[in-house]
Amino acid sequence: MSTRLAKGGRLIDRSKRLDFTFNGKQFSGQAGDTLASALLANNQTLLGRSFKYHRPRGLIASGSEEPNALVGLGAGGSFEPNQRATTQELFSGLSAQSQNHWPSLDFDIGAVNARVSQFFPAGFYYKTFQWPRAFWKHLYEPIIRQSAGLGRAPTARDADRYEHFYAFTDVLVIGGGIAGLTAARAAADSGAEVLVLEQSADWGGRAPVDGGQIGDLEAEAHCAALVADLAARPNVRMRNRMMGAGVYDHGYVLGYERLSDHAPGTPGPRHRLWRIRAAQIITATGAIERPISFAGNDVPGVMLASAIRDYVVNWAVSPGDRTLVVTNNDDAYRSALTLHSAGLAVPAILDARPGGGGALAAQARAAGIRVETGRGIARVLGGKRVTAVAICAQAGEGAVLETIPCDAVAMSGGWSPVVHLWSHCGGKLTWDEAQAMFRPDADRAATGADGLPFVIAAGAADGEFGLAALVANAHQAGLQAAERCGHSARSGRAQPLPEIVDLPEAPIEPVWMMPQGAGSGLRAKAFLDYQNDVKVSDVQLAAQEGFESVEHAKRYTTLGMATDQGKLSNINGLAVLAGSLNAPIPAVGTTTFRPPYTPISMGAIAGEARGDLFQPLRRTPMHDWHQANGAQWEPVGHWRRPYCYPQDGESHAEAVAREITQVRGGVGLLDASTLGKIVVKGPDAGRFLDMLYTNMMSSLKPGKCRYGLMCSENGFLIDDGVVARWDDDTFLCHTTTGGAERIHAHMEEWLQTEWWDWQVYTANVTEHYAQIAVVGPKAREVIESLGAEGMESQTFPFMAWADREVAGIKARIYRISFSGELSYEIAVPASQGQALWDRLLEAGAPLGMMPYGTEALHVMRAEKGFIMIGDETDGTVIPQDLGLDWAISKKKTDYLGKRAQARSHMTDPNRWKLVGLETLDGSVLPEGAYALGAGVNANGQAVTIGRVTSTYHSPTLGRGIAMGLVLNGPDRQGEVIEFGQLDGGRVSARIVDPVFFDKDGEKQNV
Amino acid sequence: MSELLTPLLGKSYDGLVQVAELPRRGMITLRGDISTATMRNVTTGLTGTAMPGRGRVELAGDGMLAWMSPDELLLVLPADRVPRALERIAKDLASAHHLALDVSDARAMIRVSGADAAVRDTLAKLAPVDFSAKAFPAGSFRRSRLAQVPAAFWCAGAGDFGLICFRSVAEYAFSALSNAADPAGTVGHYA
Repeated sequence: MSTRLAKGGRLIDRSKRLDFTFNGKQFSGQAGDTLASALLANNQTLLGRSFKYHRPRGLIASGSEEPNALVGLGAGGSFEPNQRATTQELFSGLSAQSQNHWPSLDFDIGAVNARVSQFFPAGFYYKTFQWPRAFWKHLYEPIIRQSAGLGRAPTARDADRYEHFYAFTDVLVIGGGIAGLTAARAAADSGAEVLVLEQSADWGGRAPVDGGQIGDLEAEAHCAALVADLAARPNVRMRNRMMGAGVYDHGYVLGYERLSDHAPGTPGPRHRLWRIRAAQIITATGAIERPISFAGNDVPGVMLASAIRDYVVNWAVSPGDRTLVVTNNDDAYRSALTLHSAGLAVPAILDARPGGGGALAAQARAAGIRVETGRGIARVLGGKRVTAVAICAQAGEGAVLETIPCDAVAMSGGWSPVVHLWSHCGGKLTWDEAQAMFRPDADRAATGADGLPFVIAAGAADGEFGLAALVANAHQAGLQAAERCGHSARSGRAQPLPEIVDLPEAPIEPVWMMPQGAGSGLRAKAFLDYQNDVKVSDVQLAAQEGFESVEHAKRYTTLGMATDQGKLSNINGLAVLAGSLNAPIPAVGTTTFRPPYTPISMGAIAGEARGDLFQPLRRTPMHDWHQANGAQWEPVGHWRRPYCYPQDGESHAEAVAREITQVRGGVGLLDASTLGKIVVKGPDAGRFLDMLYTNMMSSLKPGKCRYGLMCSENGFLIDDGVVARWDDDTFLCHTTTGGAERIHAHMEEWLQTEWWDWQVYTANVTEHYAQIAVVGPKAREVIESLGAEGMESQTFPFMAWADREVAGIKARIYRISFSGELSYEIAVPASQGQALWDRLLEAGAPLGMMPYGTEALHVMRAEKGFIMIGDETDGTVIPQDLGLDWAISKKKTDYLGKRAQARSHMTDPNRWKLVGLETLDGSVLPEGAYALGAGVNANGQAVTIGRVTSTYHSPTLGRGIAMGLVLNGPDRQGEVIEFGQLDGGRVSARIVDPVFFDKDGEKQNV
Repeated sequence: MSELLTPLLGKSYDGLVQVAELPRRGMITLRGDISTATMRNVTTGLTGTAMPGRGRVELAGDGMLAWMSPDELLLVLPADRVPRALERIAKDLASAHHLALDVSDARAMIRVSGADAAVRDTLAKLAPVDFSAKAFPAGSFRRSRLAQVPAAFWCAGAGDFGLICFRSVAEYAFSALSNAADPAGTVGHYA
């Protein structure tokens, strides 16, 4: 059994007991425990069921590479699935649930999958679900969704806070182990600004566990001294519980800081996502031990040799009373010696190498531990827990030589440098034959905009494992990084490296399968990818079926595609693939390493962008008034505009009808502040606007307004609006609400890239003004009552503007109309918008004046046949389609879109063109409905000959009106065509003139 | 004349730092050739400040002059002086191609103040700007973004930062800053 040892545990505080639950059962651990170490201390070795076969699974590892021990943590708004027990620090009251089991962890029905596993080979899903197609949706998918998947999605709103932080540094060191600390000190000595990240709570990484003498100090004390030294320096910043999640172009790095996962309920953000710009990045990310592929290597109790050592040394947890060690390298002997000195039994060390190990092996033998060379594991016995191991000759086919009872197995297949962050941005790897691993190729590092490298791997992450070589390598990395950002080692106070003597080691001998000649029965129980249940036999089958590329084999077998991204399985898997293809490992290569290193929370990605801060909401100066007066909001870009102002018990349709009737018969008020307002000034302003608009703007007289259309260089209509000429040099261009920023950018782009020598300046002044439209036959009465003089048509005609005081506020009044009514748009500084609005309402009260919203605006413009950008246009429509030829200058030699509009497709007489539509029964045509022609097209769909672009109920006319684009529409006035409805029915509509109301425009001219 | 309303009606929030709307001031955006002596004379004359270099702001009393781009300056001065200032610019720059506009109401002006390190930490939660004292000393001016909206920042002195954003998103900017200044959100990076 696994249990807490009486002594030791460098990370735990035995005086502080922490109670927690696992699947509702009460347990207790110590402060400093991880959830994994605490569970192990309580002899809870079965932690979950596997993804596909629902096999019992326990801990394999002690860090972020752990594939099995994933749990759901917390409840309600704090519930989070797929949390690694190995990286979750224990806290009082922690509540964890195992995943992927039904109905219970101990008794799982899905485990029947394992019994029939020969029917679930690689590519099973692809093969099975090819046919019949309907079975996928109705049969397979629901079953798979029920039985597969790791963890459950949270259902409650996340109760925690998250935020981002932008940081800048010369040198970023990712990893706070001995290599990272050494590199950081070297860089800091040179004078660089250094930021060091450590993903766990503790500094030092593996060194304190693995031991060794550095100068006068033990590794642990040396690391503590380094931390103290760095912490005291003004040019060094250190953050623990912060993982380097990804390395991107231009030295951009994401850091994932977990502030309160170890202490939930602490005020403040739970996670902080750091967005770091570093001139140089050092990846001191260590290495991960590889499992060995033998049958039953997933039975709970089989663990990585280094993890077993970690549990004993860091948390005083014995993973088993009798631990058998199996290895192909010297490092695992450290675990045997650690167990031995903790008083635990090591019945044997199986060293697959015929020649055995070096100095550490001699120490093990001297300690009286049985060492068998050239031996391996034939199979592990036991179901939910290891009971014994059958041993065999590594060189054979698995004939059992002896069965050794034990309750834990420590395996070591060698070490793989953590090259993920090195590789994220394009750093290349090289195969180190002697150490049987891929390691960073310093000559092919990720390069920045200057073509120079910006990532340096250090220590074990660079493939250096001997303590002396590792420290020297990391020191050099620190110096190099500092030098690359302009800090010379000489100018600093670089210290000499302490003396380190390493024990001589025998070289590793790769073992990609154990035993070497394992038959199909053994291979089908030798797991490569624990999380996705991929076995040696699956990868071999993929190779046999022709998936020769590692990327294809990965996707076919799902090797490395689980949430651990194959941290343990990657190298073993591709070595098996290489073996099956009779190709050297470097020729097969690795799959791509992609960020994040381990999953990061969605909350951290969102940061502060939730609730009220989810998206900026743009407010006009009268926003609060609209809100207080019951406006129904409509989003228009990031603005909110009142759609209508329903009064007591009114439906929206009733409110809209009332607002329109009031405007057409009396006077109404519209907040038009959101319309874009761009000032264009300079000697070449007229010439510039002549290029931007399809019609002539340079001929506009100061004091006058003109409607204009803007097209893209491909001829499509992109915006429209009224241009006012303020003076000889200055124009004000009104844009649509959603177009202000876009059109301003469009203007600047042409000015800066094509017409850079034209003397024109532009400025977007949309937000400086509150603009209020006073609209209706009685509009003049209202503004005259507020002191605006000379508002009659003789002195102030339609399409003119004038400066006046209205209610004592200096205003610029534009006599323009989007409703067909007498209309004055009054622009005042935004700070006085609410005041003007209030005074207008007071003045108009006797006339029944009321505010109206965007829907009334839209209906009234449709009654007048005015087009709306975004309704009548969709990026494929040219002004000619809309019958706007009158607004296209024939005289101008050029304007943006002119040449495009001459293309054959643009001049095709069969382009659908704008018409008005009136249903025969007076009903409202459905939005976007298609006009149906005769017969069907090549796809068997009904032939379409047009579509509805705008459709409303017109309270003025008491019937449905619509505009649409119809094939040969303008030539077919009076014809009746049919439109499809969603229910399959049809509705008949007559093609009419798009101007439904006041065709002669008399009302706006009064 | 009615009371002139600022976008945030003078709101403030006290957390790790203080976030407060600054009182209404006049703002003029001025585009043109900013390298000429005429330009320098008229702008510094109106603001009472020196001429800012690239990425810098000059402050003096009520006046502020900020470098917005190679052809744009922002003048800040008491609001009631804006009409005469515009007249003066029009006169002095009559023969030079330029654009000068009153944008006093187009923007919100917010002050973020408190312990210097806390102010820098708070702003660094929202803007991709190096706010270290070395990279962003007093007199620095930067057009960037504040979370999802455009904003320009300047450092007036230790623990005294200002920013402008568009008026329509003033509430968003204020809320984002207040949220970032949550008392429990200490970062300690610039400490």
